[in-house]
Amino acid sequence: MAKAENHEPFIHISKRDVLPWYKSMGIRAVAILAALVACAIVTMVLTGDNPISIYAAIFRGAFGSARKTWVTLQSMSILLLISLALTPAFKMRFWNIGGEGQVLIGGLAAAACMICLGGKLSNGVLIPVMIVASIAAGAFWAFIPAFLKAKWNTNETLSTLMMNYIGIQLVAYFTVYWEVPKGSGKIGIINQNGNEGWLPQIAGSKYLLAIIVAVVVTIAMYIYLNYSKHGYELTVVGESEQTARYVGIKVSKVIIRTMLLSGAICGLVGLLLVAGINHTITTTITDGQGFTAVMVSWMAKFNPIYMIFASFLIVFLNRGASEISTAFGLNHSFSDILTGIILFFIIGCEFFITYKISFRKKNGKEEKAS
Amino acid sequence: MKKITALVLSLVMALGLVACGSASENNASNNAQASTEQGASVETVSNIKAGFIFLHDENSTYDLNFLNAAKEACEKAGIEYEIKTNIPEGQECYEAACELADNGCNFIFADSFGHEDYMIEAAKEYPEVQFCHATGTKAHTEGLDNYHNAFASIYEGRYLAGIAAGMKLNEMIEAGEITEDQAKMGYVGAFTYAEVISGYTSFFLGARSVCPSATMEVTFTGSWYDETAEKEGANKLIENGCVLISQHADSMGAPTACETAGVPDVSYNGSTASACPNTFIVSSRINWVPYFEYCFDCMNNGTAIATDWSGTIETGSVVLTDLGSAAAEGTQEAIDAASADIVAGNLHVFDTATFTVDGAAVTSYMADVDTDANYEGDHEVIVDGYFSESGEGFRSAPYFNLNIDGISLLDTAF
Repeated sequence: MAKAENHEPFIHISKRDVLPWYKSMGIRAVAILAALVACAIVTMVLTGDNPISIYAAIFRGAFGSARKTWVTLQSMSILLLISLALTPAFKMRFWNIGGEGQVLIGGLAAAACMICLGGKLSNGVLIPVMIVASIAAGAFWAFIPAFLKAKWNTNETLSTLMMNYIGIQLVAYFTVYWEVPKGSGKIGIINQNGNEGWLPQIAGSKYLLAIIVAVVVTIAMYIYLNYSKHGYELTVVGESEQTARYVGIKVSKVIIRTMLLSGAICGLVGLLLVAGINHTITTTITDGQGFTAVMVSWMAKFNPIYMIFASFLIVFLNRGASEISTAFGLNHSFSDILTGIILFFIIGCEFFITYKISFRKKNGKEEKAS
Repeated sequence: MKKITALVLSLVMALGLVACGSASENNASNNAQASTEQGASVETVSNIKAGFIFLHDENSTYDLNFLNAAKEACEKAGIEYEIKTNIPEGQECYEAACELADNGCNFIFADSFGHEDYMIEAAKEYPEVQFCHATGTKAHTEGLDNYHNAFASIYEGRYLAGIAAGMKLNEMIEAGEITEDQAKMGYVGAFTYAEVISGYTSFFLGARSVCPSATMEVTFTGSWYDETAEKEGANKLIENGCVLISQHADSMGAPTACETAGVPDVSYNGSTASACPNTFIVSSRINWVPYFEYCFDCMNNGTAIATDWSGTIETGSVVLTDLGSAAAEGTQEAIDAASADIVAGNLHVFDTATFTVDGAAVTSYMADVDTDANYEGDHEVIVDGYFSESGEGFRSAPYFNLNIDGISLLDTAF
C-alpha cells in the first residue's frame, strides 16, 4: 500500500470540469489582487516610492481629467476594434497575426487618398472613397495569406506575420516619397489647413467617432459569431475541418470569407487612425496593437463582450504607466515592468481556471486525522 | 493541512498590517512634502507654469540635453514645471500638449522636429498658452501669435568641433600614423535633411580649415535614435578607412563603436567622456537654458516671444564641452581664436570662398525657407559672400542643403 503511494507523483495536474462563473471570476480577482501586491513589492524595493500613490497615479493617468478619460476610451476602442477583427479568424483556428500589417495598409490607403485626392474632391465624395479604399486594402492584405492557405495549405502564421513586414516597409517607402520637408523622414499632418479627408467630428468631439464605431462593431461581431450561419460555419471549421467537410461546409470558402472580414475591419481601423485621429501615417502608427490585440482576443476567449474588459484593462495600464513616468520621474521602462507583472498574473490565472492541482496525500491515516 | 493554511493566513495578515503601517507613514511624509512644495510656489513671483514634451527620455543624448536645460532654467527661475517624456511624433504630442494646458501650463515646449504639426494644432486650441518648438520651420508662415520656433547657430559649434577634429588629424599625420591622403573622417547622420547637412558640412569645413587634405564620408541611418544602426554605421565607416568619427544622431551607438575600435570621436549633444574615456575629443551642443530664460522673461514682462529665435555663441546657446583626453595639443587655443572671430563677425562658417559645389564657387542660392507645398527655393541666402544660415529675416531652423565637394555621401535613401 505504502509502496504504491510512493510512485504517485507529488504534484498532479488534471483538467477541471467547467467552473461555475463565480469561481472562475473569483480566481481572476485573486490574480489581480496578487498582481497588485507583487507590483507594490517591486515598486517599494526598486524605487522606495509608496505603492498606494503609484496606484493612484495609474488611475489618474487614465481618468484624471475629462480629456484623459476620452483618450482612454478612444485608445480602448481602437484596441478593441483590432481584437474584434482578429477574432473570427482565431475562432476558425486561423492564426492571423497580421493585424498590424492589415491596419497599416488600410491607413496607407486612406493617407494616399488624402494626399492625392485632397482638394480635388469635396469631402462628401472623398471620405466615402477613403472608406472603400481602406476597407478594400485591409481585406486584400488579409486575402493573400487566406488564399495561400485555402489553395495550398501554407502556414498562415508565417505568411500573415511576413505580410506585416511588407506592410511596414511599404509605409516606410511612402513616408520617404511623401515626406515634408524633403529629407526629414516624416509626412506631418496631412491637409492641416483645409482638413480635406479628415473624418468629421461627432457632436463636436474629436474622440467620439472611434468609440461609436467600436460599439457598433462589437455588437455586430457578437451577433455574427453567435447567431449567424457564417459564424456557425467558421466555428465548425475551427473545431474540426473534417467535420466541416463532412457536413458540407466548403472550408476554403469559409477561410477566405472570414479573412476578408478580418482584414476589412483592420482596414477600417487604419482609416480611423489616419483620417480620424492622427491625420498622418507613420510606420509606428499602430504601435504594436496588431499584436496586443492577439492577446486581448485570447484573454477574452473570443467573446466580444469580454474583449471590452480585456482591452480596457490593457489601455488602462498603459495610460497609467505613462502617468507614473511623468509624475514620479521614473523611466518609462518601470511602468512596462508593472504592466508585465499584471499581465503575467492575469494570463497565468487562466491555468488555474482550466486545470486543478492536487498534491499527493502522505498516507491514509493522516488524511483521516486532518 | 489546516494548520499550514492557518499559518499562511496569519502570515498574510501580519504582512498586510505591516504594509498598511508603512503605507500610512509614507502618506504622511508625502503630504508633508506636498505642503512644502506649495509653500515654495507661493513665494515665487512668477505665474508661469512650464510644460515640456520630449521625444525620448534621459537615455537619448538629445533629449537629456533638453531635460537638463528645462530643469535648470525652471529651478533657477523658481517656476513650477511638468515634463512628459517618450512622446511620439503623432497625435500623442497633441494630447500631451493639451493635457499640459489643462493642467495649467501656460508655456509649453516640444523638442522634436516631428512634434511641430501637433503643437500647431494645440496652439490653435489654446490661444492664451505660449507654444514653443525647437528645430521647427513653420512658425514664420503659420501666422499664430502663440506659436514660436527656436534653434541655435549650432553650425558654428560644429565648425569649432571640426577644428578640434582637424587638429587631431594633423597630430595623427605628424605622428606618422596616417598620411595626408588618409585624413578621411566619417560621419553618422540621421536623415538627408537640412539640419543634418548643415551640421556635417560645418563640421567638415572646420576640420578642413586646419587640415587642408581632410575628406569625409557620410552615412545615414534613417532615424534620429537607433543605437544599433548608428553603431553599425560607425563600424562601416571605420572599415572604410575613416580615422575619426562624428555623428548627428542621438544614441550612444557611434561613440561606443569608436571606443571599442579605438578611433577618436567628436560627439554631439553633450560629453561622452565618461563612457568613452580614450577616444572622446569634444562635443558641441545647444544650451537651451538661455532660450527658456528668454521666454520666461518675455512672459513676465508681457512682451511677445520672437517667432523665430536663433541662439548664438554670444547668447551662450552654442557651447562646447571640455576637451577629452584624445584631443590634440593646442586645440583649446585654436577653438578660442576661431570662436572669437565668429563672434566678431570676421569669420563666417559657410564663407563661399572656402567651399565649392561641383567644382564651382557658389554665388547665388535660393533656399527653401518656407515650408509649403512646392519644395522650391524661395529666399536668396548668399549674403555678402557667405551662406546666411539661420540668418536674420529667414528662419531659425537650418536650410543649408548643398552637397559640397570633399564630402561623399554613402547612402542617401533617407
